[in-house]
Parts: sequence; structure tokens; C-alpha cells
Amino acid sequence: MTERVADPMTQQPSLWRQQSETIGFVVMVVALVVAPFVTYPLFLMQAMCFALFACAFNLLIGYVGLLSFGHALYFGWASYLAAYSAKAWGFTPEFAILTGTATAALCGFLAGALAIRRQGIYFAMTTLAFAQMMYFVALRMKFTGGEDGIQAVPRGYLFGLIDLRNESAMYVVVLVIFLAGFMLIHRIINSPFGEVLKAIRENETRAISLGYKTDRYKLLAFVLSATLAGVAGSTKAILVQIASLTDVNWPMSGEVVLMSLVGGLGTIFGPVAGSFVILTLQYKLSFLGEWLLVIQGVIFVACVLLFRRGIVGEIANRLRIRL
Amino acid sequence: MFEIFGIPSTALFGQLLIGLINGSFYALLSLGLAVIFGMLNIINFTHGAQFMLGAVAAYMLLKFTGIGYWSALILAPIIVGAIGILIERFFLQWIYKLDHLYGLLLTFGLALIVEGVSRNYLGSAGLPYTLPESLRGGQNLGFMFLPNYRVWVIVASLSVCLGTWFLIERTRIGAYLRAATENPTLVRAFGINVPRMITLTYGFGVALAAFAGVMAAPIYNVSPNMGSDLIIVVFAVVVIGGMGSILGAVLSGFGLGIIEGLTKVFFPEASNTVVFVIMAIVLLVRPAGLFGRRA
Amino acid sequence: MRKTLGLAALAAALVCGGANAQQINVKIGVLTDMSSLYADNTGIGSVVAAQMAADEFMKSHPNFKVTVVSGDHQNKADVGVQIANQWIDVDHVDVIADVPNSGVALAITQVAAQKNKVFMASGPASSDLTGPKCNGNMVHWTYDTWMLANGTGKAIVKTGGDTWFFLTSDYAFGHALERDTAAVVKANGGKVLGAVRHPINTSDFSSFLLQAQASKAKIIGLANAGGDTINAIKQGAEFGIVKGGQKFAGLLVFASDINALGLDIAQGLIFTETFYWDMNDKTRDWTKRWHAMRKDDNKVPTMNQAGVYSGLLHYLKAVAAVGSAADGKAVVAQMKKMPAEDEAFGKSTVRQDGRVLHPAYLFEVKKPSESKYKHDFYHLRATIPAEEAFRPLKDGGCPMVSG
Repeated sequence: MTERVADPMTQQPSLWRQQSETIGFVVMVVALVVAPFVTYPLFLMQAMCFALFACAFNLLIGYVGLLSFGHALYFGWASYLAAYSAKAWGFTPEFAILTGTATAALCGFLAGALAIRRQGIYFAMTTLAFAQMMYFVALRMKFTGGEDGIQAVPRGYLFGLIDLRNESAMYVVVLVIFLAGFMLIHRIINSPFGEVLKAIRENETRAISLGYKTDRYKLLAFVLSATLAGVAGSTKAILVQIASLTDVNWPMSGEVVLMSLVGGLGTIFGPVAGSFVILTLQYKLSFLGEWLLVIQGVIFVACVLLFRRGIVGEIANRLRIRL
Repeated sequence: MFEIFGIPSTALFGQLLIGLINGSFYALLSLGLAVIFGMLNIINFTHGAQFMLGAVAAYMLLKFTGIGYWSALILAPIIVGAIGILIERFFLQWIYKLDHLYGLLLTFGLALIVEGVSRNYLGSAGLPYTLPESLRGGQNLGFMFLPNYRVWVIVASLSVCLGTWFLIERTRIGAYLRAATENPTLVRAFGINVPRMITLTYGFGVALAAFAGVMAAPIYNVSPNMGSDLIIVVFAVVVIGGMGSILGAVLSGFGLGIIEGLTKVFFPEASNTVVFVIMAIVLLVRPAGLFGRRA
Repeated sequence: MRKTLGLAALAAALVCGGANAQQINVKIGVLTDMSSLYADNTGIGSVVAAQMAADEFMKSHPNFKVTVVSGDHQNKADVGVQIANQWIDVDHVDVIADVPNSGVALAITQVAAQKNKVFMASGPASSDLTGPKCNGNMVHWTYDTWMLANGTGKAIVKTGGDTWFFLTSDYAFGHALERDTAAVVKANGGKVLGAVRHPINTSDFSSFLLQAQASKAKIIGLANAGGDTINAIKQGAEFGIVKGGQKFAGLLVFASDINALGLDIAQGLIFTETFYWDMNDKTRDWTKRWHAMRKDDNKVPTMNQAGVYSGLLHYLKAVAAVGSAADGKAVVAQMKKMPAEDEAFGKSTVRQDGRVLHPAYLFEVKKPSESKYKHDFYHLRATIPAEEAFRPLKDGGCPMVSG
């Protein structure tokens, strides 16, 4: 699925090329620490939630070659459960986020176990269909509030101590969650498990003949991806204090695909860059109304026809580094 | 009026009728998807948008030129099919050699563009499309009230589905088409212009969607999101039926519509989800789909 | 030394305060439905009404600089909240007006309270806004579900429509309207046989209409609005609902809906509204000015659009009395202190719970033959005085109302 980037390991290893990922990480952290002093913090926090969501999605498409067109299911249902547990059961934010995440993991396991029975295009359609089913369930169930959503979710006190209504405290929490999720994904990709995933992406039949139970690897990757999407969704629900149908409907699934595609599928930093680019577009061009949808469509088409590597993939390719 | 299992007959037969109508749209759309997939190996995500374009074309024809329903039934599919041919020439033909998933992404992007543009011009509420005089009214059958137009929709879509099946399975053109699906290189060696065949097939599949759109216009109103809501259910229908056969697509379309209608009578809460539940069961029992061949 | 510093600070504060009194900036955010099913009864027409209020007020108060911005909430609470937050945090909007869609409005009223700005709720219907969800930053103009139920529901039950089946829009607004109407029907000796809920912005009502038909209720109460009401009535004709002896009761109908349905289909509908363009010379004059700005003679102003104008005018007067728009609570308190008067709604008062009281009118749609000129739609059947039109203060359950 991803465009092959010339493997940097075969190039002359200069120090900065070897360390390109570390350098990129440091730049990203510094930028995110400085940014709230110059930009609207609420926007940055939302962008980080979406960035984590896109990274989780990219784990599947970029490293296992599975296109899930239904990731809104895990993002949205996690946000419902996080919001509900915080509001109705009075959970503290960390437990609310855990509740949402666990929901996403469970949904990911059930949908994933069925969806991996089909490959390629059928896999994408199946995941989309399951997501739509759960959208209808959310629409019908009482606790989700249907069209109204779950409103006035309390941000609460982290560990019962820190008041998250304070924007700075909230910012630190979101930043920490985002960075932790980001590093976990990086760790997964570079583990022996991640190497097997990449082998499946390259040639599943060969991986099977080497004795790997590929279905189990695929399912585990799917559940991990859904779980991390759940972390993002839960955090967003606590942050914006509302959980609604928007987060569980199919355009959300499409949006996360777009973010990863723009940034660069199969790159570590791509989804982060992509989500910031797309959200900035939505934020700055919100006066365009429905034309935004057209612009997103044009970006989709342009990415598929002209820039399949995405922003980060293109940069990495030019500089012959890994990002 | 009488009762069956404690359900008034108007409700039961009425919902069955509505199920059949939804089923005819499922059938027409999954048929188009199957035809396109067979030749192009692309899942046409734009299909829902093209269905909507058919309705929009009918609406525009009536509003700006006064061309009525019957002519629109012919003209709108031709117009939208021609747009489809342009889409194939300008966009799709560049990605045949890539992973199939890129086809899905590309057509998804195209769908967003079409939907966005129509929302800007039409707003997101539905616009009414007036029924032709000859199809208004209905028959009071005693046990139910049968609107004439809805009967027409079922008859028309059944005939189009059967016609398409005949065209592909029983005619010479259909034979070329099926051969080119199996082995394009060999068919090209026989002197048949395969790229043009691909283009025309795409145009035909799109025209089917537009035809369904025109028929839907008087029932569902003309609204920009009418297609995207429908297409995902049709994807589930396709996963259930499998893309293997034309007849399979048609049968599962109608069948699932009827099941959905019955669910509305006996367990209305589940009427939106029943198709997806069936999909899950089929995936467990027959992963390749009811009529599909093992990949 | 310390004393002089303190004095200097005080003097500086006074000078600054004086400078502020020179010019008062007010920013109005019209949060509305620009493209979907409520766009016709609010939308651009509401933005126009807000601009009218701003222009007129600036003419009489040259020290005011009032700007109007607008946004589309797409009938999604999360989108609405995001716009509202951004408006208040980044763009310094002081008052959010209109918000047709109770689900969105219930979210916005909390944002306004949290950030101490004003929510001038002229578009939403749910009576919960001045009930359990009331707060000191919101004023509910134009109408609410209790008033609609009380006006329309009572009139229909009394003329023999005593068995009801509801077609309800499945969100906060529909639920509230169904609840309030069912209560009125039962209180007046009628019976509710059932209800079915449909998603907002539904295009195909056939399966819901069949359920209503099977219920054999005399009245099919439409607890929905805008495009949904229009579609339900039209498709009801296709399935022979009215021919079969059942009747529709539109619980929330706007002049724009009648305009879209045409008198042919709409004739005989009975419903309650608080503004009709053709009420008197003042409303006709107001409508003329609205049309001049709207630049579309085929549109009719609705009560929601008039409510935006009327509410914002009163808001601006209160800001002038307080001297600043910064403290939302203080402005709302001032709005409650002074009576309101304008061309569209005449005289009104704002009650302690945020409810605005003005008369309500029971209208019946004319037959095509009775309509003498363009947009001549209604017969006035009854006028419900302000004291009786709305829910009594003590019944609302608003926590702000003590004792």
C-alpha cells in the first residue's frame, strides 16, 4: 500500500541520518510546548487528539497494509463511554479515559476478528459497514443522547487532585497522553512484533509459510490500533466536554484516512503532520462552509494521483532519511 | 383490513412494500458496483454520489428546461454516465496498476467533491421533485393503500436488473465483457479494444446508479446526502452477496430490502442494523459471501 | 507615597472608564442553520434581522459599534460548541443569538454561562431552557414547546380531535414538544395512542406514516419542524392519510413552511405563533425593511427571524443601560429589569427564569380562494394573552426561581 522509500539503512550512515527520528521527535516536542503561547490552545489540544487518532490508524495501514474505513467506531464509542462514565458515574478523568479505551479495545476485538476474515478491498468495506452499524446503535441507544449527544461532560479532577478546567493543566495532560501514545506506537513498530507485521504487509503468503499465524498478528495489530484510537477519542470527549454522533459517523473515518494520507502513510510523523494540516485548514477556512468538503475531496484526489508519499514521506525521500 | 400475528395488514404489507422498494435501490446499486468491479477492479465509492447526481439531474432538467420525469429517466443516466466516462478518462485510468485500495480512496475523494458541490448549490435539506401526473394517487386494496408510483419503482428496477443480467450473461457483448474480466491480455489479442470497453463499462455502471437516482427523486426528495447514506448499506449488501455474480447482487439486494421491511414491523429498533448483523453472520459462516467465489 | 500611587491608579481607572463610555463595542454572533432543514425559517433571514437591530440601534446610539458575525452549526451540538468557544475566546463575541435546534441550544446555554456571556435564545423551542436547564445568562425569546402545546393542542382537542399519535423528531426538541403536548391532550380529556420517533432531516416518512395510519388515531401530531414537517405532510397525501379520515396537527409551523407547502396542501392547518408579518402596520413596516435587506421578495419573515431582531434590540438597550457588554450576567439582569418594546413583537417582559412573555396567536391557514395578495396566509382565530400563553413560573422547575 505504501510507496517504497529508499531504505535509509543501505545509504551511507551519517550521524544525523541515523538520528533523524530522534531529531524529528525533539523538534515536535519543542513545537508543542511553545505552541500554546502563540496559538489558540483548545485548537492545539484537539489537533493532538486527532494526531494520536491518525497515528493509531496509520499503525494498521502503514505497517500491516490493512485499510480500515471504520475507525470512527473506536474513536466515537470511546468518547461516548468516557463522557458517560465521567458524567453519569462521576469517574475521574483518568478512569473515564480508561473506560473509553477499554470499550474501544473490545469493539476492536469483535469487529477485527470478523473483518480480518476478508482481505484488501473487502476488508475496507467490512470495517466501514461495522462502523455504520455501531453508528445506528449510537443513534438509537438512550445513553448516547442520540442527536443531542452527551453534553456538559465534567472535565473533573485528574487523580482527584488537579482541576482540568484550568486550560494549562488540561494542555499538559493532553500533551502527555499524545506523546505517550506516539512513543508506544513507535515502540510497537520497531519491536520484533512490528517486524512480523511488516513481513505480512510485504507478502502474507510468505509470512504464513515461515510459520507465522498471520491472522493472530493482524488481529492483535487491529486491537492495538482500535485501543489507541480509543485513547484519542476518550481524551477528546473530556477535553471538549461533549460526545456526539459526529465522532462515530463515517465522515470521521474518512477524515482520519485523509490525515494519514496527506502526512504520509507508513511514516512515523506523517499522521501528526497530516492532522495538523487538515485541522488548520478546517480552522482557517471555516468561513467557506461546505466548500471545505470539496477542498478535502480535492486533496484526497491529488494525494492519490500525485503525492502518494504524503508530506513527510516526500521530505524523507528527498533527504534520504527515515521519519 | 385484517390482522396477521396481531399486526394490522396495512402495516405489514405496507412495510413489505417499502422493503421491496429499498431492496430495488440496493439491487440496482450493488449491480452497478459489481459490473464496475468486475472490469475495473475498483470499488466505486463515488457510486452513492452518482446516484444522487441522477436525482439532481432530474431535478435540474425539470426546473430549468421543464423536461419531465419520463424523459429524465432516459436523459439523466446518459448525462451522469457521460460524466462517469470523463471521470474514468481523467482520473481512474491512472491508478489501475496500483494497489486496489487507492481506487477506493480516489473514488472516495471524488464522492466528497461531488457531494460538497451539490450541498453548496442545493443546501442539505431535501428538495421536492414533483411526481408525474400519471403516477400520482394510489389503489386502496382494502388491506392496504398502494401508491401507484411505488409499484412502478419495483417493476422498473426489476426489469432493468433482469435486462442487465441478460445483457451480460446471454449476449455477445456480455461474453466479451466476461472474457475481458478473466483475461484482458488475451481478449486484447483478439483485437478488441479493452481500454474502451473498460471506459464504457464504467459509464454503464454509473448510468445504472443515476437511473436509480431518478427513480428515488420523487420518494426521497433530492438531497446531497441521499447517496452517501445509502452506499454504505449497499457495501454491506455486496459483502453479503459477494461480487461473483450479477444475479447474486440482484438477489441479495431485494432479499435484504425485504428483511429490512419485515424488521420494521416486528422489531423496529433494529431496522437500521439488521443488514449489518446479517453481514457479520455471513462473514462467520461463509467469508466469501453467499454467491461469491473464494478469492 | 503609597497613597499617591493609589490615587494615581484610581485616576487612571477613571480616565479609562471615561474613555470606554465614549465608545461601546458589541459583537453579535448569529449561530444558525445555514443550509439544512431549518435554514428557511432562520438562516440568512436571521442574520438579516440581527443586522437590522444593529443598524437601528447604532443610528440612535452613535457611541455604539455593533458588529454581526454568523456561523452554521449544521444541527450538531459539537459543531455549535466549537464555534461558540472560538467566538468567545478568540473573536470576543458578546452575545450568541438565534440557534434553531434545541439540542445545540442546550449545549450553547452552558457555554454562555461558563464564560459569562449572553445567549439570546430566539430560535430553539425546548421549554427546558427556562426549566431545569435555566441559568442567568440566557433569555428565551419567541416561543417554546409548552406554549405551542398549550395553544395548538388545547384548541384541537376541544374541537373533537381527542385521540393522538405523534410523529416525533428524535432529539431534545421533539421529545420536549411531544411531552408537553401529550400532557395538554391528557389534561383536556384526550388520549395518546402512541408515538414514533424519526431522525432529524428525514427524507422518507413512509414507514413512519404507516405506523401512524395503523394506530387509527384521529390526529397525527407532528412534533417536528421545518423540512421534516413539510415532508411528512406531503408524503401523508401520497399514502392517503387525510383521505382515510385522519388529520395532521402541525405543532410547530412557520410561515416559511406554509410558503413551501402552498395553500393547496396547507389549508385548514391550525397552529400557534407569536409573530405574523401581516398583523398590523408596524409589523408590515418591519417586514418591508426586512425584505429590503433580504433582497428576496419570495421569502416570508418567520417568528424566529423577528425574534432575533426583537431580542437583540432589547439586549442592546440593556448593554447601554449597564454601560458595557463584558459581564453577561449583569446585562441579562438588566434585560429582566426593564420592559421591552419594538415593532415586531410589541410590548414584552422578561421573567426571572429567562422566559420572555408576549401574546401568542392561534392561526388557521386560509383556503387558496381566500388569499387576496402575496403571502396572505392566515386567519387569526384567537389571541392568547401573555400571562396565559406561557408556562407559569412555578411549574418550570428552574433552580434560579426560589420559593
